[in-house]
Amino acid sequence: MNSEKKVEMRVLDPEYRRHSIDEVSLGYSKDEALIEASRCLNCKNKPCVQGCPVNIDIPAFIKKIKEEKFDEALTIIEKESSLSRICGRVCPQESQCEKYCVRGIKGESLAIGRLERFVSDNVIKNNNNIDIVKNGKKVAIIGSGPSGLSCSYDLIKLGYDVTIYEALHLNGGVLIYGIPEFRLPKKIVSDEIDKLKNLGVKFINNCVIGKTLLLSDLINDYDAIFIGSGAGLPRFMNIPGENLNGVLSANEFLTRFNLMKAYLENAKTPIFKAKKYAVVGGGNVAMDAARCALRLGASEVHIIYRRSMNEIPARLEEVIHAKEEGIIFDTLVLPVEIIGDENHYVSKINCVRMELGEHDESGRRSPVEIPDSLFSIDCDAVIMAIGTSPNPLLKETSEGLITNKRGCLVVNEDTLETSIENVYAGGDAVTGAATVILACGSGKKAAEHINEKLSKRG
Amino acid sequence: MYKILEKKILNKDVTKMIIDAPLVAKRCEAGQFIILRAKDDSERIPLTINDYDRKKGTISIVFQVVGEATIELNKLCEGDEIETFVGPLGKKTDLDGLKKAIVIGGGLGSAIAYPLAKAMKEKGIDVTSICGFRNKDLIILEDEFKKVSNKLIITTDDGSNGIKGFVTDRLEELLKVGSDYDAVYVIGPLIMMKFVSLLTLKYNLKTIVSMNPLMVDGTGMCGGCRLTYDGKIKFACVDGPDFDGHKVDFDEAIYRNNIYKDFERKRKEDCNLLK
Repeated sequence: MNSEKKVEMRVLDPEYRRHSIDEVSLGYSKDEALIEASRCLNCKNKPCVQGCPVNIDIPAFIKKIKEEKFDEALTIIEKESSLSRICGRVCPQESQCEKYCVRGIKGESLAIGRLERFVSDNVIKNNNNIDIVKNGKKVAIIGSGPSGLSCSYDLIKLGYDVTIYEALHLNGGVLIYGIPEFRLPKKIVSDEIDKLKNLGVKFINNCVIGKTLLLSDLINDYDAIFIGSGAGLPRFMNIPGENLNGVLSANEFLTRFNLMKAYLENAKTPIFKAKKYAVVGGGNVAMDAARCALRLGASEVHIIYRRSMNEIPARLEEVIHAKEEGIIFDTLVLPVEIIGDENHYVSKINCVRMELGEHDESGRRSPVEIPDSLFSIDCDAVIMAIGTSPNPLLKETSEGLITNKRGCLVVNEDTLETSIENVYAGGDAVTGAATVILACGSGKKAAEHINEKLSKRG
Repeated sequence: MYKILEKKILNKDVTKMIIDAPLVAKRCEAGQFIILRAKDDSERIPLTINDYDRKKGTISIVFQVVGEATIELNKLCEGDEIETFVGPLGKKTDLDGLKKAIVIGGGLGSAIAYPLAKAMKEKGIDVTSICGFRNKDLIILEDEFKKVSNKLIITTDDGSNGIKGFVTDRLEELLKVGSDYDAVYVIGPLIMMKFVSLLTLKYNLKTIVSMNPLMVDGTGMCGGCRLTYDGKIKFACVDGPDFDGHKVDFDEAIYRNNIYKDFERKRKEDCNLLK
């Protein structure tokens, strides 16, 4: 065995998965997990932990895997993260924990994410034996996405009465409407939600805070509020042709695909099916949209990204999987106009080529247009996956709730309290579009500070 | 779940339902809409609120039985429950400073124009209502409109009841006389709202249209309902549904409304329910 390399994770055959929504990555077997865990050097200073947004004691849980005490491994993970089955699948480990792994200096870092997934998939834990002593205080959570779920988990265990308000008919936020089945099976999300329900967390669906109820209604009825409403407002490029038929936000395309299950043969919700799709953007959402398009039967799917493969922000595994499935990457390319046919349906997208120039404020080299490089890509659908902003509904209807110029809620960085007392916020609503694990971390942190403040009040 | 308390057939294509939805009824206003799914696997569809009763906690909706989603809804009876019913969404219609107004409803649009006329009446605004239908069998809510309008004009395309012709013909007659209207509010098919807006532009009369494009979530998340307004992208679900009709790109809205017509055609061929 070559200890410089990770134990490979088995995946479905790319040819098969182009037409299937089955989960692509199959996870480790026990033997594979034990071999991989044996690669951990158990460093004293635990460099990996500093890369984890929720500070999971990584060497400790891996030691338990080595000892085949998988339930104890899970207990260590769950001290910090309530959504490990999800995060083991969707965390960008290569830029977090695994980035700091000493193994990575000479070879490949330890497959921490795959081991986390192995543990959480293989230990069936019964939450019913958690002893909860009710403290009589009530907390409302706005949004059932990762930050709200993780906040609810910590608060319910501390004895709070927790109610989550969700605008959509299903719970999970981006885990349900955004991330596709083949990357995160919806059964896992609903299992996690059921766990919370069993602990006593209440969910109120079809309730838009800022419309159905106002933040002020919740302030009257609860001791504290956590806003985890995410960043759901899609951005467009503001180029000509963007309102042609066949141009969709990734949000719309993914919501139809995932939440409304429009990929099913007999789905009642329509989805725009095309032969050739162009997906604009280089993040996880772009990869998801491109791979969903393939699964709808597209013959050709392009990812159009204005920087180079080195800057692509998507999780490494998704980029690899997308390439294996035959997605075409057009990098250093910027769309300038979408052209339609006589019936106003998309027929092609005009682009220019870019080269990398000076470093910008993000630390990346910024793309600069190459003169006279105009060309076009034939396509009959364009999906815009260039980012999202927080939804302004809540701010518009909540007096005193302060946001920054990007529409993100302004919070005290230490406590996550917003400009309104006893109203806290976290996740994408504060940071703008980011990762599931960062959202989980902030939900957890808010729970800690809500508890600190409300306990003092007695 | 949201219980259907009352179901009434208004004409062969149009049904009215009163739904138990106290949270929606608590804060809704004329001009706002709801999104519903009849059953667990149904499509989410937006419907403008037809009426509400805050005390009883009920919302009334009026819908035309045209596609699969509304056929499924229409199959439900009194006592049945609707799976999803979320709202009130969108902004309420702005009636500030209004003294005299014309409300125009086209076909099913009359069901949505009605709560508007009612709200105006309650605010003491002088209301002239023009309701247009294809023929006499399709006329709905005539009695209700009478109660809330200072003047009511019913038109039918074929002259089978009321005055023959389009709502634009009657509107032009009113405007030629030159009464001092502050604004026109028009709710109906896109093509009707377009021509009313073109007409009132000639008279420089403020015109508010209620857009009802395709959407999924109704909270600004999908962007499917976007339209070009004054050269900029707006989302009908959160920026509207009311817009200044003189600034809406209707031709674009009309072709965008047809985006899924192939899907709908195929569903009609495949699905026995729709035959």
